[in-house]
Order: sequence, then C-alpha cells, then structure tokens
Amino acid sequence: MTVLDVQGLQTHFFTDAGVVKAVDGVSFSLGEGEVLGLVGESGSGKSVTGFSILRLVDPPGRVVGGQILFRGQDLAHLGEREMRGLRGNRIAMIFQDPMMTLNPVLRIETQMVEAVRAHERVSPAAARDRAIKALARVGIPSPAERLEAYPHQFSGGMRQRVAIAIALLNGPDLIVADEPTTALDVTIQSQILAEVQELARETGTALIWITHDLAVVAGLADKISVMYAGRIVESGPTDAVLTAPGHPYTEGLLGSIPGHGRRGERLTQIPGMAPNMARLPEGCAFAPRCPRASGTCRADAPGISDAGPGRSLRCHHPTLSAEGTA
Amino acid sequence: MLVFLLRRLAQSVFVMIAMMIVVFFGVYMIGNPVDILISPDATPAEIDETMARFGFDQPVYVQFFRFIGNALQGDLGRSFVHGEPAVQLILSYMPATLELALLGLIFSVLIGVPLGVYAGYKADRWQGRAIMTGSIFGFSLPNFWVGMLLILIFAVELQWLPSTGRGETVEVLGLRLSIFTADGLQHMLLPALTLALYKASLVTRLARAGTQEALVQDYVKFARAKGLSETRILVVHVLKNIMIPIITVLGLELGSMIAFAVVTETVFAWPGMGKLLIDSILTLDRPVIVSYLMLTVIIFIIINFTVDVIYTLLDPRVRVKGSAA
Repeated sequence: MTVLDVQGLQTHFFTDAGVVKAVDGVSFSLGEGEVLGLVGESGSGKSVTGFSILRLVDPPGRVVGGQILFRGQDLAHLGEREMRGLRGNRIAMIFQDPMMTLNPVLRIETQMVEAVRAHERVSPAAARDRAIKALARVGIPSPAERLEAYPHQFSGGMRQRVAIAIALLNGPDLIVADEPTTALDVTIQSQILAEVQELARETGTALIWITHDLAVVAGLADKISVMYAGRIVESGPTDAVLTAPGHPYTEGLLGSIPGHGRRGERLTQIPGMAPNMARLPEGCAFAPRCPRASGTCRADAPGISDAGPGRSLRCHHPTLSAEGTA
Repeated sequence: MLVFLLRRLAQSVFVMIAMMIVVFFGVYMIGNPVDILISPDATPAEIDETMARFGFDQPVYVQFFRFIGNALQGDLGRSFVHGEPAVQLILSYMPATLELALLGLIFSVLIGVPLGVYAGYKADRWQGRAIMTGSIFGFSLPNFWVGMLLILIFAVELQWLPSTGRGETVEVLGLRLSIFTADGLQHMLLPALTLALYKASLVTRLARAGTQEALVQDYVKFARAKGLSETRILVVHVLKNIMIPIITVLGLELGSMIAFAVVTETVFAWPGMGKLLIDSILTLDRPVIVSYLMLTVIIFIIINFTVDVIYTLLDPRVRVKGSAA
C-alpha cells in the first residue's frame, strides 16, 4: 500500500533577490512501514521537502507545483483546516534540534495532552494515559512522573525521545524526521535509531528520514534518495546505491566518509561548494564540481533515467554504467 | 533563595540611604518654608521663634542627622500645613492612587497584550501596521490632553461618565476604595483609561516584538506540526513565553504610575497622592515631600521584588536556578 506519493514537487522561495527553487521537481513514493532516507548537503532542499509534505514551509516559501498524494489525497491543494487535521495526527514530524522543539515554559504533560486533544475528543485523563504509554514506548523511565517535568529538566537525547513520543501519540501513518539525531551524541544517536526502526516496523508507520549522514541511512533506510540543489539526483534501494553509486555526487559523498582500514589515507572530498540556490548554473547543477562533467553537462540539465531495478539517476555520465559493463 | 532575599534587602537599604541624602538636600535647597508659613508682616522675633520651633536655625548637617535619626524611628516629621504626621497623611491619600494605578494597569494589559500579539501575528499585513501606527498616538499624546479630551467626549458631550472626584467609596480592610461601588467605578473609568493609554501602547509594542520573535522559534513550528490551532499556539505557546519581558516592564511602569499619576489626578481632581505632592511642593511642605519620595522608593523596591517572584512562577528555568543557589 502506497502511503505517500510525491510527484514533481516544487517549492519556491520568493525573495527580494529572486526566486529560489529550493525544491524543483522532486518525486518519490513510500509504502507502509517503509523507510526512505533523504540525503543531501545543507541547502540541498531536503528539509524543505520534508516541510512541504506537512505544508509548513515558512514564507516567502510556497509549494508551487506538483502533487503530494497522501493515501490518494493531494496535500498540495488541501484546505488549511483539513491539513491541520492531518498534522500530528496522520502525518507527524520530528525536528532537528531537540533543545528548541519543546516549549520551554510548558510542562511535558501540557504539550502531549494538547497534541492528543487537538485531534480527538478524549478526556484529559485518557489523553494523559496515552502520553504515559508513548513515553514508556520510547524508553523514558518513570513516565508518569516525568510528565510533570519541564523540557529543561531533560537531557538532549531525552528531549528528542519526548519529541518522538509526541510524534507517535496519534499513531500516524507517516513520520517525517528532519535530522533528528544530528544534534545528539553518537551513542544516543544509535539508541534512538534502533528504537525508531523498531517502532516503525511494529506499527507499520512509513518514515522519511532526512539526513546528511550516509552512515545513518545505511543501517536504517529501505531506500534512499540523494538530493542536490533542489533535485533528486539518484534514488534506489539502499544497499544497491551504497555499494554501487550511479551518480558522481553520491560517489563523492561515499568517498568522503572516514571508514575502516583507511587510517592515514587522505580523505577524498568533493571539490567546490554547494551552489548558490539563487543563481544556479545552466545545465547540471553539479557540473562545476563534477570530475566527469562535459560540455553537454554544462549546457543541458540531465533528465531522469532508469538505472536498474527500482533505481533512477539524473546524470549524463553515470558511474554506474561504466561499472555495469566492466 | 534566602541568600537572594538577604542580598536584595541589603541593596534596598543602600538605596534608601542614598535616597534620603538626595531628597533631604534637594528639598533643603528649594527654599525656606518659613517664608511661606508665616505672614509677610511678621516681626523678626516671630520669624526667629518659628525657625527655632521647626529647627531651621540649626546648621544643615545637624538638621540632616536629626532627620535621619527620626526617620530611623519611622518618624518623617509632621506636615507644616496639615499638622498631621506626614507619613500618615500620605497613607490616607494612597488608596485612591493605588486603586487608580491598578485599574490603569489592568486596562493597559487587557488592551495592550491582545493588540500586540495580534499585531505580531499579522506583522506584515495592514492590521499589524494599523495597530503599530495607532500605538504611536498612545505614545505621543500628552496625558493631560487625553484626559481633557475624554472629559470633553464622555462627560460633557455624551454625559455618560462623571469627570471629577472619586464618587461613592466603601471601606474595605480599613481602606476607603471606589473600585467596589458602581458609582466609584464609573468615576474611575476615565482617569484609569487616561493613565492606561501610554502603558497600553508600550505593552502593545513589547507584545508585538515578543510575538514576532516567538513565532519563528522551533517550538511554534513543532506546535503547528502537532496540528494545534493558531489560536491555541498564540494564546498558550506564544503568550506564556512573551509574558516575562512584559511583566518586567509593567512592574517598573506600575511604580511610575503610582508615583507620578500627578497630571492625571490633577486633571480629574482625583484626591490621590499625586495631587497631595503638587500641593505640598507649592507650600514647601518639606516633611510631606520627603516622605512622599521615600515612600515612592519603597514602592519601587516592593514592586521589583514582586516582579522577581512572578518570574519564578512564569519561567520554570528560573525556579530551578533559584532553588539550587
């Protein structure tokens, strides 16, 4: 069952300096219980994609094109009222910085109970019960007592667990997680990853995990989409993409991860910087940094092409075909 | 918490002492009250006799230490004009001012906070701009003029509300108050509104700035992602966060409202402390002026202290630091 089917999503920011096409024709789909890793550098449009799904893009940004089909309903054209009914209910979101996402002056209880009661007519006591269960599920000890606490009485990892518990409260069909472990210690990070993976599997919740960290995605996602300058440049099953990347950018990203048995070796890096989104080059946006770029790349932006089972690419000179023929 | 209290108390004592020095010498320099107290055709012997009776024939420092000595025993002298102890005199005028200032404060919050939050929410729309433009009037129109205008409209033209005096009063806990009678409340409306106008503009601006700042925070975005209504986000999530700076400023402003309601009280013939102060300055009634200023200092100290306590109620983070100290 397809939970989410995004087709040609365009989210543009109308700034004084011109129109910034932060998301420009992004497509992907997601089935029940599936985990999609959305990978990219800062400014690649991955977070904006996530916010677009919940229609929470801050002005001057706006979803200007494409479809966001959630269980067959197009969110791009849904009324604000109906959209609010879905947020936190059928579609939940987890944010990057757990220190900032919880309101500092409200008790955890208030912040959880209101999330339940925004969508369902239940008594405060019933909502409180559900909050306690959700906290217990994400591994918070003595949840009934912790409900009384304020956010600052929790550590960063615990706060992120609370945020995850809030996301789980209404049993959503889809969770959009925007770099939720980036701000945490590595040990906490892996704990939370393991827990979220288990929860998604248990409940059949589809998950979009937005990150810049390929290592995180490797252990978690069923499939990944790599974003660059507002577009998905490569997507496919996680194992396939990570073992045999098709796009020079994906290859570059993989090459820049410090790994085992590479001690003393120089880390490879992708030359240049992420492009200015207000002034993208003509042709392929990655061409200025690409070792394989040719005249074609600088003149024409590559379209989407098939690259094996479940895989697609946006590249004139993919590395995949070279390895495929070898 | 105890350390904090003691430190606060010590600071307050210093402020009081400094204030006594400034006030005493300041008033001393204004002029000799005897010139006003006795008739111009009094004989030199009569003048000397009066000077000696009030102790004005002594050198300044002797007068000062006598004043300090008496003050420490709670005696700030008797009013030259009324013959009553000055403190008692002021205290008898105080309830009128206090209730007026309090109602003014309530008005300024009830008007300013909703307007400000709404203006912050609609910052880039015409509604927000209109409120901001309106608040400029609140800032720049002088108090006495607003008061007279209100009298002209509501008392003279429409004849809805009375324009002078306190109206009917009742005794509550030993204080004569107007606020608990319908007639008294009617008398309070215009002066309280006059007092509130400037503060309401101030609160509007503070609330707007706070709201704008809060609205871009992640916790607001997260609240939206939870599917909360905009009303709930504004009234619960934003409002509680912006109340801290507003309370701070309002605390200080309440002090100035009590201490300097002079103009408004004069316009509306409201028999409060402000009017007493003006009358006392005109008659160089030293003990009353000094007592008034000392009381003002005490009021400010008490208000600041209360504000600190309210902080701890509003912001849980302050509470923890306080108990740890």
